Parts: sequence; C-alpha cells; structure tokens
Amino acid sequence: MDEVIRKGPPELTPTLPDYARACADFSWDTARAELAGLPGGGLNIAFEAVDRYATSAPERVAFRFLRRGGEVEDLTWAGLREGTARFAGVLEGLGVRPGDRVFALAGRIPELYVAALGTLRHGAVFCSLFAAFGPEPIRTRMEIGAGRVLVTTPALYTRKVAPIRDRLPALEFVLLTGDPNACPEGTLSLTRLLEEATPTKEAAQTREDDPALLHFTSGTTGKPKGALHAHGAVIWHRLSARWALDLHPEDVYWCTADPGWVTGVSYGIVGPLTNGVTSIVDEGEFNPERWYRILDEQRVTVWYTAPTALRLLIRAGMDLPRAVDLSRLRHVASVGEPLNPHAVRWGVEALGLPIHDTWWQTETGGILIANLAAEDIHPGAMGRTLPGIEAAILARRGDALEPAPPGEEGELAIRAGWPSMFRAYLNEEARYRRCFKDSWYLTGDLARRDADGLLWFVGRADDVINSSGHLVGPFEVESALMEHPGAAEAGVIGKPDPVAMEVVKAFVIPAAGRAPDEALRAELMAYARKRLGPAVAPREIEFVTTLPRTRSGKVLRRLLKARELGLPEGDTSTLEEAS
Amino acid sequence: MTPSELRQTFLDALVHVAPDAEPDALDPDAPLRDQMDLDSMDLLNLVIRLNEVLGVEVPERDYPRLDSVSHAVAYLEGALSARG
Repeated sequence: MDEVIRKGPPELTPTLPDYARACADFSWDTARAELAGLPGGGLNIAFEAVDRYATSAPERVAFRFLRRGGEVEDLTWAGLREGTARFAGVLEGLGVRPGDRVFALAGRIPELYVAALGTLRHGAVFCSLFAAFGPEPIRTRMEIGAGRVLVTTPALYTRKVAPIRDRLPALEFVLLTGDPNACPEGTLSLTRLLEEATPTKEAAQTREDDPALLHFTSGTTGKPKGALHAHGAVIWHRLSARWALDLHPEDVYWCTADPGWVTGVSYGIVGPLTNGVTSIVDEGEFNPERWYRILDEQRVTVWYTAPTALRLLIRAGMDLPRAVDLSRLRHVASVGEPLNPHAVRWGVEALGLPIHDTWWQTETGGILIANLAAEDIHPGAMGRTLPGIEAAILARRGDALEPAPPGEEGELAIRAGWPSMFRAYLNEEARYRRCFKDSWYLTGDLARRDADGLLWFVGRADDVINSSGHLVGPFEVESALMEHPGAAEAGVIGKPDPVAMEVVKAFVIPAAGRAPDEALRAELMAYARKRLGPAVAPREIEFVTTLPRTRSGKVLRRLLKARELGLPEGDTSTLEEAS
Repeated sequence: MTPSELRQTFLDALVHVAPDAEPDALDPDAPLRDQMDLDSMDLLNLVIRLNEVLGVEVPERDYPRLDSVSHAVAYLEGALSARG
C-alpha cells in the first residue's frame, strides 16, 4: 500500500471540489464560454489577461514586482493595459506585422511582462529567452524563430547580443530598457518609444488558431525545437491554473519560474492574470531567507515552485521556516521534474502543507496532470489527468503501440487536441509529426498508471537531460564542445544529482596533441559556459580515450550513462542496432 | 592568511567552479552576478569548494554575503578569525 498524506477539511472550497463530476460534466465549449472573447468574435490572450480585468477591476494589483534593490512596484490592471497598449503602439510604429516574432531577453523586470502582453495584444508572436543563456543558445533560438524585434537590457545586449548581432540577419529592431541616452549604436530606447507611442485602442482580432507564443525546448538530437502555441491556449491556461493551482480571485500568488521558461509564461503571466489573481514577481535570484520572507511579508496564499528550489530550501534547514509566519499559505505546487516523496513530506513539516506535484511540458503548454487540492496526496505520484484531458500508457507490441494494462510501464501519451497543445515545431514539420501516433501525442516520458488512476513517473524515453527542471539537449552541448580545438569528440549525459536531479556531464576525447589535464578541463568548461551559459554548459568533464558509438556513428549516451552509474551495460550489440 | 592570500584563494575557488570567470577583469566591488553568469548551482559548488580549501562552512543564509569579491573576502576573513 502506498503512503498517503491525508488532508483535513479545506479552509476554502477547492476550485475543483468533485473530480469525478467535473470529468463527467466537462466540455470544451463550456470552458471556452468562460472567457470574455473579443468584441466581434475571436480570441486574444492579452485581451483575456489584461483588458477583461482592466475594465472590471482597474485598480486591482496585477503584478507586484519586488525589485532587486528592495523597492516594491505595483502594476494595476489599468496600468498594465496602458503599458501593453503603448507597447503594441511601439510595434505598430515599427511596422511589426501579425505573426512576426518579438523576442525578449531580460530578468524578471516589469518591461518583460509589458512586452509579452503588448506583443500578444498586437497579434505578434512572443518568445522569451532565459537571461542566463550564453550567446550561442540565444543565437540558435533567434535564428530558428527569425526574431524581428528583441527587447533586452543594455547590459545583456552588450555582453550577449552585440557579439552575435551580425549573425542575426532577421533582427531589425533592438529595444533597450533603461536610460534613453545610453543606447549603443544600432539599438532603440524602449523607454523613449513607450513614452512617444500612441497606445493601440484594441487588441488585435486574432483567432483561436493564430500563433501567439513560442517556447524553445531541447530534444536528444539536432537543434532546439521551437514549440509554437496559439491564442486558443488561453482556454487551458486559465482553466488549468484555476484547477491545478486552486486559484481563487482573492489569492496572492507567487510563481517562482522565470518567463525564459514555459512555466514563467503559462503560469507566471497568463494563468494568474486570466483568473484575476494578483501575482508576486521576485526579480532577485534564489535565496532561502529572502524567499521565506516573501512568503510571509507578501502573505502569499498560493505558491508554484520547483523541486530544485525546494531541495535547496530543505538543505537550508528548519530554522528559517520556523522564524516566519506561513499561516496564509493554502496551496503549494511544484513542476519541473518529479517531486520526490521526501520533499512532499518536508512540506508538511516546514510549510504546514503537502506539496502538490504537477506534470506538463513545453509542448503541452499547460498542466495536464496534477495532485489535486481536494484529494489526499500519494507522495511521489504525478497525480491524475485534469478534466478534459485523456492520458494513456502505451506499450510497444511489435511495431504497434497499444494501451498497457494498469501497473505496466509504457510511454505516457495524451489524446491530441486540447487547446494549449503545441501547433508546430517551427520549420520542422517532420519532427512535429513524429510526436504523434494515431490520435495520441507521445510525451517521451515513461510512466505507469495504478488501479486508482494515479500516474507515476518512471523516466525519460530519450537522452534529454533534466537539470533543475530545465531540459538540456545533449547534442547542443556536444556541438559546442566540439567546436573547441582542444576537443576531438564529446558525449554528454545527465548525471544524477541530489539537488538538480541531473547535472550536465561531458565525456571528451582530447584533440591530438592535447593532454587530458586540468588546464584543458578548465579551458573547455570556460568555453562552454561562455557560449552556452551555466544552465546548459557541463558542470563536469571527464576525459576518455574512446566513446561508444552506434554503427551509424551516433554517440551511445545510454552506455555512457550506464557506465557512469556503474550499471550493467547490457548487450552492446543490441544497443548498437537499437540506434 | 593575509587578505590578499584570502582574495586569491576565493578567486581560485571561483575559477574552479566557473572557469569562464576572468579574475583580472572583475571589479571587486561590483556584484559578481552583473559581471558573469552564476546560477544557484554554481553558488552551491562555490561554497562546497571554499569548504574544501578553507574549512569554512558557509550557511545558506550567508550566501548573499558572497555577492562580490570584496564582500566575500571580508566575510571569509570574519569566518576564519571567528574560528580562531
């Protein structure tokens, strides 16, 4: 019998009080009808997130920004409408057309949030890049996305974009935050443009299938994948945030994810705004003491965070949570990688609440599987599918994929067609098609389902690395290493890590004439970090004399990983053929 | 250990964890984070490294005190002298 954490009676009726009934009553038409919709038809994420509440609750705080210097800046819904209408006016003035891509590269500053929603209001496609990326991941992603506009800060521009600018032919306009008189050549002042812009009167007349958001994710091979989402995704952003995060209108909600990753957009921007809920945005980096203080001082009621942060909080000890008042917290959820049972139990002790794991991917656009507020928790479980979502565990039977009986492992698949499902991998139709089999979206995650319908994560079906909740493609790292003259060949795996789940580890064959020494290690690490940034670059490099390869020449990462873990390597001839 | 030796030890530890750091180019009084990319895993590894070479245990709540080279050196000096 699995361990169960039983809950007492809820303080507030959960937004999804009766799971079975909600499943039975569910219809997409009803979900759609809960949105305002554009006057005159159509659907626009920014309209649902901003205009809807700017009319009904203009003075309500949409975002409370906790700035790095300690200042607190409130942005009301009325202020957000003004800012986003101005940003849309800036894009209009620049001649940006519907569907054009607007990129952002910035920390969690107000301008980023205004740019995101202003872009959607204008009908262009928004893509946010993680500010800790190095120039190479930035270049690759902006090239695939053919970004016409980039919003960034002067410091990030100088360090990361200026050196690659000549290799970004599609990039026409660079808009810099901050002092209008400190913009280098080839850039424009966002501050000045916003001041001078004519605010657009209305949100663009977009339709459900029009592209809205672009998020990059990593696969095992090849370049990063640009997953494209449409305005219709807002149907699910809103409903899944309400259900899986138990959002009530009076909540104070804190999503710790950065908008450089999908969580920071779906649930750091769209989910709370479309539910009329006030969000806390912390600009600073992770710090246990400050995080507990924010939960206390901002009276956070719903908190959405990640396992790596939770594990770092666990390491920081029990004195910190005991010194603050966390009594207002009502619901805590996590995403990014499977939450270990220990962390779920720690939540009860340190926060007074169990932590609810949720499951989704960049491709799914929103939470599909969750531990629910109204149900007891089985620590370690992914949870169950939200109403409207159908999942299956598919097992290979010869060439076919068939639903597996309860308890058996297989690939987690989701019935295609929910509104926040990705609509394309940009410029890679074949790769997109390969994600589907019959009417199922194949997630690449292995899982099993028990007799009660709960899903349990087993592992990845591919070699993608999950480091601190961010997917890292081994190929991207290998390619960068092999461009260094000191490396002849490289193979990259995720090495299990107690804090980050996995860290990126590289096995490198030194180039002829180079000794496998500390100097080369440091050189390669420095090179990779500068190009890729710390979230993607290897944290460990081991020199080897050979790398196992398939007959077609691909690195056998599974074998490298088995060796790293001291596991049996299995029948290598089979592995070679399984490539 | 003199302040300048301690400074060198700190910079060595930083370069060990983040070999992309350029100690000569770092402004000792400016936040490290504004001069290079350091994430929370880097910071954790830096603290582990400092513990290995100096025997100083930096509790999580003190991590912000390592935010610049000058601050870090002052903090480590204090921690070493408190230990006696």
